[in-house]
Amino acid sequence: MGEALIEVKNLKKYFPITGGVFQRTVGYVKAVDDVSFDIRRGESFGLVGESGCGKSTTGRTILRLHEKTAGEVRFKGQDLFGLPKNKLRELRPELQIVFQDPFSSLNPRIKVGEAIGEALLEHGLIERKKLKEKVVETLEICGLASYHYDRFPHEFSGGQRQRIGIARALILNPDFIVADEPVSALDVSIQAQIINLLSDLQKERQLTYLFISHDLSVVEHLCDRIGVMYLGSMAEMADKKALFSNPLHPYTKALLSAIPIPDPTLKRERIVLQGDIPSPANPPSGCKFHTRCPLASDICKKEIPAFREAEPGHFVACHFA
Amino acid sequence: MSVIDVAKTDPTAGKAIKAPASPWSMALRRFTRNKLALIGFIILVIMFVVCFFGPLFSPYELEDYKISMKNKPPSAEHWLGTDNLGRDILLRVMLAGRISLLVGLISTTISVIVGATMGSIAGFYGRVADTVIMRITDIFMAMPTLPILIILGAVLSDLKVDPKYRIFFLMLIIGILGWTTMARLVRGQILSLREMEYMQAVDALGIRDRRKIFRHLLPNTVPIIIVAATLSVAGAILYESVLSYLGIGVVPPTPSWGNMISAANNMIDFRKRPWLWIPPGMCILITVVAINLIGDGLRDALDPKTKK
Repeated sequence: MGEALIEVKNLKKYFPITGGVFQRTVGYVKAVDDVSFDIRRGESFGLVGESGCGKSTTGRTILRLHEKTAGEVRFKGQDLFGLPKNKLRELRPELQIVFQDPFSSLNPRIKVGEAIGEALLEHGLIERKKLKEKVVETLEICGLASYHYDRFPHEFSGGQRQRIGIARALILNPDFIVADEPVSALDVSIQAQIINLLSDLQKERQLTYLFISHDLSVVEHLCDRIGVMYLGSMAEMADKKALFSNPLHPYTKALLSAIPIPDPTLKRERIVLQGDIPSPANPPSGCKFHTRCPLASDICKKEIPAFREAEPGHFVACHFA
Repeated sequence: MSVIDVAKTDPTAGKAIKAPASPWSMALRRFTRNKLALIGFIILVIMFVVCFFGPLFSPYELEDYKISMKNKPPSAEHWLGTDNLGRDILLRVMLAGRISLLVGLISTTISVIVGATMGSIAGFYGRVADTVIMRITDIFMAMPTLPILIILGAVLSDLKVDPKYRIFFLMLIIGILGWTTMARLVRGQILSLREMEYMQAVDALGIRDRRKIFRHLLPNTVPIIIVAATLSVAGAILYESVLSYLGIGVVPPTPSWGNMISAANNMIDFRKRPWLWIPPGMCILITVVAINLIGDGLRDALDPKTKK
């Protein structure tokens, strides 16, 4: 694998909680709390974790759709948060995103052809005359047809809308795409189609993905390296093989034991976590996972475990790993 | 590539030629299904046609003073009778209708343009712009409209504005006093639309602010604007009538529905000569009811939650 395309260093994103008559800030939701990782050119990096653990916020903050609270994101060596707005706008075509909800991510009053093509025109990347041709070509690459050009989003099914979302990102010829749970709103049969489309596109265009999902089997199918997030922090990060064969963090172990295996005769130990995910507004002290961890001891309540390299390329944040 | 060929599985593939069912055409279909709204619309169209084209067929002139013919009841020559200066009431009602409808339309246009612009600036940019604009609307809304209109009307009279131009000032005043409601509606809508995921998508695509506002946000507020504007046309017509009745809106000799009613402000005219005030009064009533029916129909037709 080549050099790092995206470098995320100590990224933090806190959302203020306001209360009272004067809307004072009474606390923060620590959606992303000190997350660091690199994504190499041409790889797919998977980000997994349960709902509300900050995966999507991480993905969106990397693209500067949210402003960061602290930390640094570098794309091809440039600090994205240091760029003025107009420079960032020029860079937008290289960094794209596919959204989770194919229904709310398309403007209901804009025809599909226009929605896909508008960014090309806005960035002056194409002449108006050639626009339709290019949009139709992209529609077809994404498995749609040329007569879909003049239709409105409400005339499509969820899977088709997700293809529109992919086409909208793809037409700009990006280097990096954040796929923010692109299949979790779809039926299983459609999920496979979309995943295959994404993986074919990656092979053809050497795309780099940040693939956000809560479905480990999807991530296993598509990704090269995987990061596991818990409550805004990275718990473990490793190559796919290493993570699945030798998980070090107890949270990862619990997640892996929850993957359904299509073999009723196979018996295995199922690790069931107790309790709910704590509130990110008031995370537990020390290791955030200690409230639910089967291995938890006193040190876990006091000290935040360092995110260290336990084996080459295999990072983990646990005192016992 | 292992792409599933959607064209083969799409049942509508053969009907590719049919016009796309845009949100607008669906709203139009819902509107035409609403009988009351349709009746209101037809009445309003008739009112427009009669007021704007009727006078062309009248044998009388606006300035035909015939003292010998004053205060005559309806007859074959004068279908709605004549007034105290011997002028044909029917002609005057039609000409007054032009004025009233124009005042309604133009002052509403002014308040829509000002209100939508201010509202979208406040909603889109937030922070200081939002605070400033919203406090201005608060001030406007705290002012009692009618006394202000009366004062401004009196000021116009004092400035000896030519009666011909007076009407334009009137439109401007009514329009300026009405923009706040529109600004608040548009702002509220834009605040909620701004949080939609497709606006984040547009951010990620690097679309400029101007296009975000005019292509992505405002079209989604148009349903609300249309409904509010329709209802505000009715309000503007009423304001104009009230002011003209009080003698400070449209002043004679220019006829308006309001000042025609005020011609009947004594007991004898009121009791013995109902043809002086019933026709303009009915015109106001019918027009305002028709516009309100249309407004209600549009609200039902444009609200996406009432999809059938």
